[in-house]
Amino acid sequence: MRLADHLDRNIFTDNVEQVPNRNGYGEGLKEAGEKDVRVVALSADLTGSTKTNLFADAFPERFVQVGIAEQNMASVASGMAAVGKIPFIASYAMFSPGRSWEQVRTTIAYNNSNVKVIGAHSGVSVGPDGATHQAVEDMAIMRVIPNMVVIAPCDVHEARKATLWAAEYEGPVYIRIARENSPVVTTADSPFDYGKAQLLAEGVDSAENKVGIITTGILAHNALMAAKELNEAGISTSVLHVPFIKPLDEEAVLALAKNNDFIVTLEEHQVAGGLGSAVAEYLSETHPTKIIRLGVHDQFGQSGTPEELLAHYGMDTKTLLDTVRKNLN
Amino acid sequence: MFYLSDNDVHELEQKANDIRESTIEMLIAAGSGHTAGPLGMADIFALLYFRVLKHDAKNPDWEERDRFILSNGHICPGLYATLAHAGYFPEEELLTLRKFGSRLQGHPHKGTLPGIESSSGPLGSGLSQAVGMALALRMDNPYTSQYVYCMTGDGEINEGQIWEAAMLAGKEELHNLIVIIDRNAIQIDGYTKDVMPLEPLREKWEAFNFDVQEVDAHNIRMMHDAIGKAQAVYGQPSVIIAHSIASKGIDVFERDFRWHGNPPGKGPEDRVPKGEQVETALRKLRTLGGAIEASDID
Repeated sequence: MRLADHLDRNIFTDNVEQVPNRNGYGEGLKEAGEKDVRVVALSADLTGSTKTNLFADAFPERFVQVGIAEQNMASVASGMAAVGKIPFIASYAMFSPGRSWEQVRTTIAYNNSNVKVIGAHSGVSVGPDGATHQAVEDMAIMRVIPNMVVIAPCDVHEARKATLWAAEYEGPVYIRIARENSPVVTTADSPFDYGKAQLLAEGVDSAENKVGIITTGILAHNALMAAKELNEAGISTSVLHVPFIKPLDEEAVLALAKNNDFIVTLEEHQVAGGLGSAVAEYLSETHPTKIIRLGVHDQFGQSGTPEELLAHYGMDTKTLLDTVRKNLN
Repeated sequence: MFYLSDNDVHELEQKANDIRESTIEMLIAAGSGHTAGPLGMADIFALLYFRVLKHDAKNPDWEERDRFILSNGHICPGLYATLAHAGYFPEEELLTLRKFGSRLQGHPHKGTLPGIESSSGPLGSGLSQAVGMALALRMDNPYTSQYVYCMTGDGEINEGQIWEAAMLAGKEELHNLIVIIDRNAIQIDGYTKDVMPLEPLREKWEAFNFDVQEVDAHNIRMMHDAIGKAQAVYGQPSVIIAHSIASKGIDVFERDFRWHGNPPGKGPEDRVPKGEQVETALRKLRTLGGAIEASDID
């Protein structure tokens, strides 16, 4: 297995660094604020847990506390963008864009407004809070909106880069981030380019069985752990990390499909509407390929530890290994 | 705000009449659309675009302009007619309303038509956008005299988002935000008092820290003076509750909620014979000469 350059050298050790990727949003937002005075941040009473506090403390005059009112926050941000600001709005993904979907669609996306929507506490890994707070539908509802870019960073470094990138990009962007610690996979030097997927690991070309794993968000590390074990067992396994659910890196997805027997997608989201759907939709039209989608299957989440929940809903390394082995010829 | 002479008032009334005529022609050509709101708000549209707003039809993106947000986007025929008469685009284009390929979408789309400051139609979100604009302008200049005017329907304020926005505007003491409520007492399903009672309306807005005025929406001098006073308010946002006559100008349509969402020619058949409605409506337009005021009908 060949690993991409610029990956964290501890990814396969017990010392792999564990950091919530929401920290990357907080740091990136503060940096973006330092670079550009047009950047403003809005919060709906979740300033600390979305890490917006780093910006709010540094630039109190550019921070707006709207109270617990996500719908208002979305449209207020649209109004601010219309006067030249670059607003970042952050709340839990379940509420923003979950509750505020129509406002995001009409007042942000249809206006083609330069607003960045940050959905925190995404996925079941939120853990003990339970299903009410576990957004596993957010990528689906954002991906279907014209003009909207959808990003799911894999770790703290990528979340920071996505935030800095979004501040410079002209147009609406959605970034989903997670609450809990997750392994640091990339480094400050890893590439992050608009619409580009990253081939994190490449299997051996000459192997008899070849599988391509496509992942997004904080599950990249699970995919790499499975790939290591499979490659060591002689099953060629490549891992394509897709930070941009939209626009999808079609070239990279097509190349992976052509080079492998089948594809497994892995996302902390419903299998409908997110990464798995995007890949299946594209490949069914261009290069029909067997695709197994791992994620939440038409269910709500529940309370538990992140590890228990990722295992229960089939997004852990073990499920991925079992799935690949079961589908080998 | 400058003194308004009798001649100025007369000219604005004439503009309002032009806007009503265009609106009726547009709605008839489109075969669908809303009648009550545009006719009811024509006087205020005329006052805003021909007297009050700092704007430049030839330079719609002029940074120093005031902003006008139509939160009740469904009454856009009136705004479109006003923008055309103000020179934002050719008047001939008005008759493309709601047609395929037209810049005059059934509900306004920002970016398609010059002069449209926000996409609207889904009710309740325009006020939030106006609050965002007022906030951003004040961030750039705490003493800004760039005003953000936001029109809402009275039925529209059933929406919870209106009150989220009002709470934020009150908290932020947005002196440069002036809300105008079209208090025509109707909405699609009936009279507002039956669908969802709004009173006491003044007290509701006062409780949200707004300066509140109530005016006759068809008395141009009274409305002009109310806007002047709202501009002078500092330390809180303003709301003008503009009591209006729905469908004002065509007596058989006036104050009948069934004309809220119907164009002339498609309305309640027991009131006006079909076919003749169009010419009848235009001929009967009675906003000049024997002009009526909101208080005349109750």
